[in-house]
Amino acid sequence: MIYFYALIVLSSLGGGLAVLLLIADRFLADYGPCKISINDEEPFIVEGGCTLLDVLYEQKIFIPSACGGQGTCGFCKIKVFDGGGPVLPTETPYLSKSELADSTRLTCRIKVKQDIVLHIRPEYLDVQEFRSTVIAAQMVTHDTRQVVLKLIEPQEIDFRPGQYIQIQVPSSAATTFRAYSISSPPSSKDEVELVIRLIPNGLGSTYLHKVQVGQEVTFTGPYGEFVLDEDVETELICVGGGCGIAPMRSIIRYICEVSPQRKCKLFYGVRTMKDVMYLDEFQQLADRMSNFEVHYALSNPKHSSPWQGETGFIHESVANHVNGKGNRQAFLCGPPLMIEATMKVLEEKAVPKESTFYDEF
Amino acid sequence: MPDSSIGGVAVILLAAILTNNILLSKFLGMCSFIAISRDLRTAWGMGLAVTFVTFTTAVLNYGIYYGVLVSDAPLCAADLTYLTFLVLIMVIAGFVQLVEMIIERFSSVLYYKLGVFLPLITVNCAILGVNLLMIDPDRQFGLVQTAAYALGSGMGWLLAICLMAGLRRRLEYADVPKPLQGLGITLLITGLMAMAFMGFTGMVDI
Repeated sequence: MIYFYALIVLSSLGGGLAVLLLIADRFLADYGPCKISINDEEPFIVEGGCTLLDVLYEQKIFIPSACGGQGTCGFCKIKVFDGGGPVLPTETPYLSKSELADSTRLTCRIKVKQDIVLHIRPEYLDVQEFRSTVIAAQMVTHDTRQVVLKLIEPQEIDFRPGQYIQIQVPSSAATTFRAYSISSPPSSKDEVELVIRLIPNGLGSTYLHKVQVGQEVTFTGPYGEFVLDEDVETELICVGGGCGIAPMRSIIRYICEVSPQRKCKLFYGVRTMKDVMYLDEFQQLADRMSNFEVHYALSNPKHSSPWQGETGFIHESVANHVNGKGNRQAFLCGPPLMIEATMKVLEEKAVPKESTFYDEF
Repeated sequence: MPDSSIGGVAVILLAAILTNNILLSKFLGMCSFIAISRDLRTAWGMGLAVTFVTFTTAVLNYGIYYGVLVSDAPLCAADLTYLTFLVLIMVIAGFVQLVEMIIERFSSVLYYKLGVFLPLITVNCAILGVNLLMIDPDRQFGLVQTAAYALGSGMGWLLAICLMAGLRRRLEYADVPKPLQGLGITLLITGLMAMAFMGFTGMVDI
C-alpha cells in the first residue's frame, strides 16, 4: 500500500508541476503578435516567442548561421535598432566594441517579445533557398567526401568564387544548418560541388557522408565575404588547411577560366600523406596556367612515406614563397591557428589587411 | 520547539547568516561559489537569486513535507519520508523553471542580469541543503522559523560569495605563488573565511 501512495504522490506532484509549467508557458511565454520592420520597409506581423533567426527564416530571409542557431559561430550578425532587449552575455564574446556601439546583435540570441526594428545587409535578402539532388559523390581521401549537387528549384545559382552555402540538416528544428564552401567555379550555375571532411558525431558531415546519389538536399545561399579583385595584375595568394581547400578550388578554377595568365600561388597544408587531396588536379591546372604555383606541405610526414614535397606548417611555406611587391590579395580558409599564423606572415610580407579575407572553421 | 517569538525568529535569522553559514560551516553550494565569485556584480546577482529560491522552495517544501510526506500528514496517511530527497529536488527544479519564466516575462532587466545563473540554481546544493536541514527532527522548526532559517541561509550564502568576490578582486594585485593561483588560493581563502566565521559560534547556535 505504501508503494501505491508513493506512486500517487510522486506522479501527482510531477504531473502537477508539469501542468503548472505548461500553463505558465502557455500564458507567460505568449507574447502575442509582434511587428518586424526590416530596412524601413512595410513591417510584417509574426507570433512572438521564437528567436529572431527562426522568425526571419519563416519569412524566407536566410541569415548565415554556421552553428544552426546555437550561438557559437557569431555569423548571424544584424543591426537591431529597437526591440532587441539588452545585449546578452552570450553575445558579447562575438561582438567588437564598434559593433556593440552600432547596435549589432546575434540574430539567434534575440527572442521576439515586442515590435522589432532592424537592418539587414541587402546581400542577405538575395539569399535563396535551393532544392537539389545529389548527382555524384566520391571519397577524395580516407575521411573526406566530394559531393555534387544538381539544382532543381531554382535551377541556377549566382555566386562569387569562395562563397559558401548552408546545408539544411534534417532535424526537428527548422534552422539546423551547417556551412560548406562551394568548390566549383561560378560558371557552373546549375551545380555546386562540396568537399566535406567527416567529423565524428558531427551533424552536417555525417549527414553529407551518408547521402546517396539521387537523394534530395535543401540548402540556402550564397553567403560569404570573399570578394575577388578582378584586376588581373593583382597577385592572388590562396592558403588552405584541411577542408579549407574547397573555396580555393573555386577561386583557382575561376581564374583558370577567365585569366589563366594571372599570378596565383596556392598553399595547402595537411598533416600526413593520406590527407592530401586534389594535388593532381592542381598540377594539371598549373600546366595550363603559366603563373600558377602549387605548394603542398605536410606538417607530420611519416618517415616511411614517399612524400618528396615540402614539410612543416603551411605558414612557413607562405613565408618562404611569398615575396615581391605590387598588388596582392590573400584568401585564407582553415583552422583558427593556421589563419592566425598565416595572417602574421602576410602582415610581415606587407600584404594589406583589407586585401586579406579569411574563413575560420 | 524553538522560540517562535519575534526575538527567537531573529536569532534563527542571524544564526543562519553568521554562525551557521550554510557555505562556510557546511561547505554546501561550493561549485557556484567558486565559479561565480570572480566578479562582484555577478556574485551579487547570483546571491540574490539563490536567496530568493532558497526562501520560496523551503516554504513550499515545508508545506509538502508536513502536509503529505510525514506519517501523520493530513493529506496522506502513509509514511513517505523516504521520498523526501526526490520530492524536494523535483519541487526545486520545477520552481526554478517557473521563476525563470516569470522573471523573463515581467522583468527582462533582472532576467538578463541573472542570465545563465538562474537555471544553474537548480543544482546548487546549498538550496537542497537548506531544504533538508529545515526538516531535521532535532530542530523542530515551525513554518515561521523555517522561513527565517531559509532566508538567513540564502543571505549567508550571498554574504560569503560577495566577500569572496571582493577578496578575489584584491588577489589580482597580490603576488600569489604560481602553484596556488586560481582554484588553490580560492580554497585556502574559503578555509580562512570559514575559520573567521567560526568566531561567531559562541553567540548563538541553531
